[in-house]
Amino acid sequence: MTGATQVVGVLAADPEQLLPARQMMAFTLGFHIVLVPFGVAFTAMMLIANWRGLRRDDEQALVLARRWSQVAGVLFAVGAVSGTVLSFELGLLWPGLMGRFGAAFGIPFAVEGLFFFLEAIFVAIYIYGWRRMRPWPHFWTGVPVVLSGIGGTSSVVAANAWMNRPAGFTLDADGRVVDVRPLDVLFTDAFGYEAVHMLLAAYMVAGFTIAGVYAVGMLRGRRDRLHRLGLVIPLTVAAIATPVQVVVGDVAAREVFQQEPAKFAMIEALTETDTRVPEVLGGVLVDGELRYGLEVPLGASLLAGLDPDTEIQGLDAIPAEYRPADRLVNTVHIAFQVMVGIGTALLALSAWYAWLWWRRRRQPDRVPDNPWFLRCVAVSGVLAVIALEAGWVVTEVGRQPWIVVGHLRTAEAVTTSGNVWLFYGATVALYAALGVGTFFVLRLLRRRWREGSDTTGEDAPGGEGDVPYGPSRARTDAPA
Amino acid sequence: MSTLAAVVLFTGVIAYAVLGGADYGAGFWDLTAGGARRGRRPRHLVDETLAPVWEANHVWLIFCLVMLWTGFPTAFAAIMTTLHVPLGLAALGIVLRGSGFAFRKVMVRTDQQRVTGAAFALSSVLVPYFLGAVAGGIASGRVPPGGRGDPLTSWWNPTSVLGGVLAVLVCAYTAAVFLTAEARRHGDAELEVWFRRRSLATAAVTGAVALAGLFVLRADAPRLLDGLLSRGLPLVVLSGACGLAALLVLRRAAPRLLQALAVGAVAAVVAGWGVAQYPYLLGTHTTIAAAAAPEPTLWALTVVAAVALAVVVPATALLFVLAQRGGLDASH
Repeated sequence: MTGATQVVGVLAADPEQLLPARQMMAFTLGFHIVLVPFGVAFTAMMLIANWRGLRRDDEQALVLARRWSQVAGVLFAVGAVSGTVLSFELGLLWPGLMGRFGAAFGIPFAVEGLFFFLEAIFVAIYIYGWRRMRPWPHFWTGVPVVLSGIGGTSSVVAANAWMNRPAGFTLDADGRVVDVRPLDVLFTDAFGYEAVHMLLAAYMVAGFTIAGVYAVGMLRGRRDRLHRLGLVIPLTVAAIATPVQVVVGDVAAREVFQQEPAKFAMIEALTETDTRVPEVLGGVLVDGELRYGLEVPLGASLLAGLDPDTEIQGLDAIPAEYRPADRLVNTVHIAFQVMVGIGTALLALSAWYAWLWWRRRRQPDRVPDNPWFLRCVAVSGVLAVIALEAGWVVTEVGRQPWIVVGHLRTAEAVTTSGNVWLFYGATVALYAALGVGTFFVLRLLRRRWREGSDTTGEDAPGGEGDVPYGPSRARTDAPA
Repeated sequence: MSTLAAVVLFTGVIAYAVLGGADYGAGFWDLTAGGARRGRRPRHLVDETLAPVWEANHVWLIFCLVMLWTGFPTAFAAIMTTLHVPLGLAALGIVLRGSGFAFRKVMVRTDQQRVTGAAFALSSVLVPYFLGAVAGGIASGRVPPGGRGDPLTSWWNPTSVLGGVLAVLVCAYTAAVFLTAEARRHGDAELEVWFRRRSLATAAVTGAVALAGLFVLRADAPRLLDGLLSRGLPLVVLSGACGLAALLVLRRAAPRLLQALAVGAVAAVVAGWGVAQYPYLLGTHTTIAAAAAPEPTLWALTVVAAVALAVVVPATALLFVLAQRGGLDASH
């Protein structure tokens, strides 16, 4: 068996592969998670534009939907391959996790595989079908993409929720999984709030990012209808998702307080169990003491239990051998506050948008074009991505030193063979090229759209109909 | 029950070998199509044929990985800790291939297309080699049950090299036959001849390597050879027959028949490997039953596989039909 259990209380030195393995997993997941919103939520916005185009006979909305499908096609391909690397990494970096708990932990991934299949198939049909199918049937082939995106994301989050709140399996005396209850594995206590939180985050990231791109265009003077529509559709989706997210995030934090007290202690950077705990904004743990923070009296207790006398477990409640180091606590504490801070700022932006929209209710064009508002929208996408990464850091780093809480430590799960630094280095180099390539390709598309008018040159290589994958008529017709 | 799960897993392997394999092989022809001018038309056909389907075909690999780590977790850990070098290289190669292909579709300038196209085509040859080498390492019993086998000889050995070379060749063969059929659909006689010649050449080379491989296996993995020539024999014969039949009717047959024969040839030989190795999952030391997860997990996997059969297969069929009909449109 891999990952022989360490005798509790004896801190074996961490294997040399632990650091590069964790770095590599963080890097590749951090890369992949940015692409997720575009496969999951951006496709929904693309369908909204498509629906609007068909329903109101709006040519511009159709142009937008088609362009977005091109972008989604490129990002989906990059997401598919970077997701594949993650599958390999689960085995290459964490064989102790997969070997011992694969029978339970793997089940959500099996479900995810199913959704990924459907998504890949219908993405292809949708992108490829623009000029080949009748408009409404073509629209409907996009719907499974959105649904399977939701299903797939939920499944992966179910796997993560299981690591936080492992359930649905029985161990024998040797610690081997001897019985599995698949439904309990899938629907753990943490599943509900984690899945909804992540899905809303995906809609916020895609919405603010795409709106941000069009806001920049409008600030540079491109205020045509295409840009206005490109701003309004994603921004509306994001502005609806944001207030819901604030409520869901609040519920999630209270669930974490109830169910993952160790993580909550890290979030609050609370050293000693106490009641009437203040909420400390900012601050870092130095030598076991939280310094340089701004205290809001009773804040944490009120937020966690809606009662100032709520007792919150501190880091001292965690047995010494499992107590996370100060730097991990600081990472989680800061990441959580970054996420909440950005969430609050985005809530304010959403409210501003709603107010501008209402104020312009009698004007023929209700799209806000106030430059300061557009500037805020322009940076909102970057902020949303930072918040997404920060939230993911909270759930992952906040679980340390465990990979499966209470059952398997990360250090026991890591591989002991091979040179992980080398693999990590090669991956970073490749992903750098991948990131630059993606950026370059998207810029290329943009330049092409800007140069060509909207409807001419449809079939020409690089024209509207020349989707990144999906055969183009022009290429075959053109003599070689 | 564990056998059923193994059948599900192996069905995924066959599907990936056929569908993913044809896509990798297309990359092989893309790589060897010559300079920008000369290789323009074959590359266009490769682009057009692959574009709508490669991602869906790629998901079969994910399916296999998930089935393996959930259904046979200890074997998965053993494989991953032993064969980490070729598997790591394959993972990076997959990134290069997928992104290279997707990026090339957007590029218009030849130099940009050349860089992205080279990334796509080169990795299309490397990835099947490494995956074939992994299969060879598993089949020849070089993955110990507890994992952490030799990091080099587990994939750099006669059976693995044979597996890798055969994988590349089989992919190239399948792709050449598929693309011959595709060129006929397009009514492009010249391109049809181009791919037909390559189908014949790769078939001859693949056949010769496979025959020579029998001697390699006799020396390196006698028990695998034994299984191939006893229980697996009907499938091996079927594979050869399909392969030969495809060549005989290459000139005249309907595209669909051609593709079916190529599929048959690949599927039969991969299935032959599975049957030859039964009841073992790793070499001839770890049985399927011993490596299997608890029953409820296997049931869950079977349910997922059944849903896949009911939902994914028709959807894939729809995609393929639409893709091929689109191809017909393009020629008019």
